Amino acid sequence: MRIPFSALVGMVLTGGFLFIAVFAHFIAPYPIDAPVGGVWESPSASFWLGTDTIGRDILSRLIYGAQITIFVALASSVLAFSLGSFLGFLAAVKGGWVDQLLSRAVDLVMAIPALIVALVLLSVLPLNLTVLILVMGVLDSTRVFRLSRAVAADIAVMDYVEAAKLRGEKGNWVIFREILPNALSPLVAEFGLRFIFAVLFISTLSFLGLGVQPPLADWGGMVKENKDGLIYGKSAALLPAGAIAALAISVNLVADWILTRTSSLKGGRGG
Amino acid sequence: MADDLLLDIKGLVIEATAYPPGEPPKEVTLVHGVDLQLQRGRVLGLIGESGAGKSTIGLSAMAYGRGGVRLTGGTIRLNGREIRTAGPQALRALRGKEVTYVSQSAAASFNPAKRLMEQVIETSLSHGIMGKAEAEARARALFRKLGLPNPDTFGERYPHQVSGGQLQRAMTAMALCPKPDLVIFDEPTTALDVTTQIDVLAAIKEAIRDTQVAALYITHDLAVVAQVADDIMVLRHGRMVELGTTDQIINAPREDYTRALVSVRSLEHAEKTPAPPVLQVANVTARYRGTNFDVLKNVSIDLPAGQTLAVVGESGSGKSTLARAITGLLPPTSGRITFAGRVLSNDVKGRSKDDLREIQMIYQMADTAMNPRQTVGTIIGRPLEFYFGLKGAERDRRVQELLDQIEMGKGFAQRYPAELSGGQKQRVCIARALAAKPKLIICDEVTSALDPLVADGILKLLLNLQAESHVAYLFITHDLATVRAISDKIAVMFKGAVVRYGQKSDVLAPPYDDYTDLLLSSVPEMELGWLERVIEHRRMASAGN
Repeated sequence: MRIPFSALVGMVLTGGFLFIAVFAHFIAPYPIDAPVGGVWESPSASFWLGTDTIGRDILSRLIYGAQITIFVALASSVLAFSLGSFLGFLAAVKGGWVDQLLSRAVDLVMAIPALIVALVLLSVLPLNLTVLILVMGVLDSTRVFRLSRAVAADIAVMDYVEAAKLRGEKGNWVIFREILPNALSPLVAEFGLRFIFAVLFISTLSFLGLGVQPPLADWGGMVKENKDGLIYGKSAALLPAGAIAALAISVNLVADWILTRTSSLKGGRGG
Repeated sequence: MADDLLLDIKGLVIEATAYPPGEPPKEVTLVHGVDLQLQRGRVLGLIGESGAGKSTIGLSAMAYGRGGVRLTGGTIRLNGREIRTAGPQALRALRGKEVTYVSQSAAASFNPAKRLMEQVIETSLSHGIMGKAEAEARARALFRKLGLPNPDTFGERYPHQVSGGQLQRAMTAMALCPKPDLVIFDEPTTALDVTTQIDVLAAIKEAIRDTQVAALYITHDLAVVAQVADDIMVLRHGRMVELGTTDQIINAPREDYTRALVSVRSLEHAEKTPAPPVLQVANVTARYRGTNFDVLKNVSIDLPAGQTLAVVGESGSGKSTLARAITGLLPPTSGRITFAGRVLSNDVKGRSKDDLREIQMIYQMADTAMNPRQTVGTIIGRPLEFYFGLKGAERDRRVQELLDQIEMGKGFAQRYPAELSGGQKQRVCIARALAAKPKLIICDEVTSALDPLVADGILKLLLNLQAESHVAYLFITHDLATVRAISDKIAVMFKGAVVRYGQKSDVLAPPYDDYTDLLLSSVPEMELGWLERVIEHRRMASAGN
């Protein structure tokens, strides 16, 4: 199997980001929240990327920020997928009023822009990482529900699913053993895309002040902290913004490749 | 004679790139140096199983390779010109003018947004063969010749307004309209019901004779090709097995393979004597939810233990619906189903584990009946685990026993369905049904997607298994040759009702009702002149009425 160059680049970059996120404590040269230099210092030998609005090392905060951004995005994507695909499969297999109830509920949530729902919920609920992940995960699960329901509906009419039902198999076997393995390929590709949206979403929330709270660092929050520097020609805000873009693009390159590779496999091993 | 030579193919080699699952792509040779000659006005039948290369060779007569198929060697001379190496410009001038094509599925080939006439005369106009008025007049004449209703206004209709058999004839008109030298018929009647097939076949035969066109007739059904072709070429694995006149191939085949093809439908099965039923369907009526039309009308049938009841009918006659009613997937609105002495719940959800275990099902398409992500071991092993609680080594041993029973032997348990042939897939489905130790297996068109020789093997296997394990079969099929081969009792269905029912010897003996007569006389038989006899018989019958 030949991996295209773009996917290779995406994989290396994504792998790099993950490595940095996992080993942030060993890699970061300075602590996350200590003013170690002057305000908005230019890049130098001791501060490779300069310092921020209160003199903290930008490189260190980027590294810790990677950890939190990726952790929150990953956790909410996993939640969205577990919830969305389970309910989506359930709706496709059961049909009838179960399907109607779930689908209309999802329509209702999707009718209101996710950002507004999130802003309202986060203004009312206590602000911590758990709540953040829950809110993002539940909101994102509606989109996963749509996809998995469509994929599963295609599979649910196959004779082997009927054969399982005739055998007397319960819903769990039908969902996890008959449908899930065949729905996995499109869902894996979708996971990559949803992860990127989660990164952008958490960054947006943090930029608006309702996401990750100081003194913890995340990329969206760092853009917010340093945005005033742009007026004085300080580039501190551009670096986390660039990091967000780089992560989004690299994951996208991998997801794209998975999508093209598996779309022909949809519904079988042949093809 | 040399002047009459229309198509001359020598040493044709056709290659393609295959993508086997989990392996790197590789080059495969589909056709290994086939020679083929066709005189003007003659009809050559190309026959073989799927994968024999018959369609691929047929299409090469207009230098076309479908889906990545490449014509890599040999010469193809049409009207004395080499066309294999011809450029796109030359081929465009050729296709639709000198050579035309009739495909298997007319329904998928017509543009649903355009009227039939516009499509039928399209190539004649685009090649500048004739003017619009002349082309339309020719099309109407062809419609008449092909026995289409209201030939003068038939072309005004849209494809969805005519039946499948009519559409197939319209496509034949389309192919004949530009006055080609050669028409390629690619399984033109395979997708049609047996009673429709005979009309289309007769129409095609007459049109070929009247227009003096040469034809390549591609099919897997030797009995069909015997009715239309002058000569027959038998193909297998991309090589020629035998070439001869139709008479010689049917009556005196030289090669073993041809002999097997000719005798494929001669499987006979002695009818068992009547016995007390294991399955009783009494006055069952059913309709789909949200409709007000009964798809099953007051159906009553009995099936004795260890015997086979064949349910026969055309598509839409309700035979598969009957299976769904018996399995409880479509709960009947009235009537009663009794199995092994107990009344079954109408809905599958209300049935006990034993009820479910004792009625098993085998499907038409083995491909979609098996989960592509499960190994054969899992597919066969799951019923063992589910119904009998077998685990680990004990289960594996039983899986192997079942594989031996379906004559597949060792090494298959780890394979995935994609790594099996069509016949092997159907065998695995049979093993899955057997694993439950059922008293009744419902077989829904289990052989109709298979090649004749493979289907024969499956039927023999089913008969052997019945002798061993005394299982009853409810055998749904549209193929009367299969019915003769396997059944003890027969129920003929038409529009949701059973129109004829009884022991095989009674149902297949006169006097017939009208529908059974039509059905029985429509099954192509492997002899010359059968088509003419049937058409004549019909004419007499309708004159008698």
